[in-house]
Amino acid sequence: MNLEEARRILKPKAEDALTKPAPHGLDLDLSVFKLGTGFAIGVEGSERLLESVGIDLRERNRSGSYYQVDNRAVYASARRSGLTVKPLSEALKESENLNYYWKAVSVNTDKYTAAAFLGEKEGYFIKVEDGVNIETPVQACLLLKTPGLIQAPHNIVVVGENSKLHVITGCTAMREEAGLHIGISEFYLKKGSTLTFTMIHSWGKAIHVRPRTVAHVEEGGVFISHYINTSPVASLQTQPAARLNGNRSRAHLSSIIISRGTSQIDVGGTLELGAPACSGEILSRTIGFDKSVTVARARVAGKAPSVKGHVECRGLLLSNESRIDTVPELEARVQDVQLTHEAAIGRIAEEELLYLMARGFTEEEARSIIVRGFLSVELTGLPENLAKYLESILDNIAASL
Amino acid sequence: MLYLKSLVVELGGKTVIKGVDLQVNRGELALLMGPNGSGKSTLLHAIVGDKRCRVVSGSIFFEEREITGLTMEERVRLGLGLGFQFPPRLKGVRLRSLALRILEKRGLPVDEAEKVLEDYSRLLRMESLLDKDFNVGFSGGEAKRAELMLTLIQNPRLLLLDEPDSGVDVENLALIGSAISRYLSLNGKAAILITHTGYIAKHVKASEAHVLLDGRIVCSGDPGEMVSNIMEHGFEACVDCRRARR
Repeated sequence: MNLEEARRILKPKAEDALTKPAPHGLDLDLSVFKLGTGFAIGVEGSERLLESVGIDLRERNRSGSYYQVDNRAVYASARRSGLTVKPLSEALKESENLNYYWKAVSVNTDKYTAAAFLGEKEGYFIKVEDGVNIETPVQACLLLKTPGLIQAPHNIVVVGENSKLHVITGCTAMREEAGLHIGISEFYLKKGSTLTFTMIHSWGKAIHVRPRTVAHVEEGGVFISHYINTSPVASLQTQPAARLNGNRSRAHLSSIIISRGTSQIDVGGTLELGAPACSGEILSRTIGFDKSVTVARARVAGKAPSVKGHVECRGLLLSNESRIDTVPELEARVQDVQLTHEAAIGRIAEEELLYLMARGFTEEEARSIIVRGFLSVELTGLPENLAKYLESILDNIAASL
Repeated sequence: MLYLKSLVVELGGKTVIKGVDLQVNRGELALLMGPNGSGKSTLLHAIVGDKRCRVVSGSIFFEEREITGLTMEERVRLGLGLGFQFPPRLKGVRLRSLALRILEKRGLPVDEAEKVLEDYSRLLRMESLLDKDFNVGFSGGEAKRAELMLTLIQNPRLLLLDEPDSGVDVENLALIGSAISRYLSLNGKAAILITHTGYIAKHVKASEAHVLLDGRIVCSGDPGEMVSNIMEHGFEACVDCRRARR
């Protein structure tokens, strides 16, 4: 089979789904946006913006890089043996890579996957051969520059047996104008492999964001995802899923949602514990500022014996006009499962403020200490450098309340 | 160092402190005793400027300066430090980072701050707790030691300690007592220490004891004598004594 044949089979399914809304989040009229390559041709002039989402254009402490502007790949590099980083369009010239093409995410999931498939231009393809440990991260940057455009990168990450890979993806937009980002991400973790996937989003207040992510995890594999959204968006809806299909595989999904302005955010995580002795957790921290509305979802399905799943959703309202809902869902299909959840939403406790002020802090400092504490999620599995970088982002959020 | 003049304090719309006069001089440690609900905690919170404790009348002087109208922040900066009876749990806030921020707030450079923290954490055996979230999962004794450590590293001139000995076993009591004594041996310090049980009295050298009953100081005197009387007869004896004196 070649790419053309694969697409021919998928196309009718996608066309049928073009009007299918997503189950959650604001429903968008796609005709308002245009598909296309976009006029931008490089990342020049966006260095500081990219730095703010974890992209180092000098590639220090990076094993490889991929930069995409609008729907055009502008740079790809891989600096370790056993590691491939290339534009998807190039990778799909090799027929074996078609085994990963729209296999985890279905084209007819909703209108966004359908539009992404039909207008598909580019994305990144990252692959690690069996038995290779890539210690320093691969970075991928997705920059949206052209107003009114649908940016629809299709990303595929394949981690070979007993291999290890860290990916950091930074997504951001240049302009105040409207745009739509539909990132399709398919992750394939072979036996005994580990993938940590860190994603930092910093969009603009007129950008709509609809990432669609599914990770397939084989026996003994470990999928760790850390997601941080720092800036206002028009709307953001995503519910990345980890499908644990192999025995004893694990997943850890954490998200930190800073909801500002009039953002309408609906972010979740799905954990499918589909094989014996799998385990995983979904952690989320949401801070509501201004007039933002946020729904934090988490869904854990226990479908095999001896699985364990845990959900922890916490929300902090820093404005009277903001709103946070949490929707934890647990689904048990067999007897021998252990599924738990805890959820809490609140304001900063007066008592804690007063205590810290008695310790000599100003009210602002006290708030910042409490908010930083709220944002402390364990940054599991990350190399020291990357963990420190994420900590510094969280420090900045807490310091600039 | 501290002088309270006819102090009347309201908390939640209720008059809790009903006219207290009290003086504590440099180098002194005053014990404040009394049954539950007599107003001990309210008095300390009012001294440090907790906005929930409203001074209705009377005055608070600290080092010859009236501080009645000052905010808590200003009073803390002048050198008042309150160790809470029930400090809150602060999820995600490590004891070490909180302590270092307090020291940083005092203006100490990083290396010096780390030295001070090391010294106090050794003194109060806090080393293994420094990387835990403040008060999360701490035992009774650990919570008291952590609170005392944070209060002491603030380096207050007047130390206000609210029941540092409640719910604490004998070993922790000795640790806490010796840390307080060492601190007060420094120049220009003073303390008011609330004790419900009087257990701490064996481990610190108090200069005077006061009994607070229903918002008033009803008895002041030699701490040794008073503590042993109260431990033997309870605060009932103070009530009877007060009645007899009337």
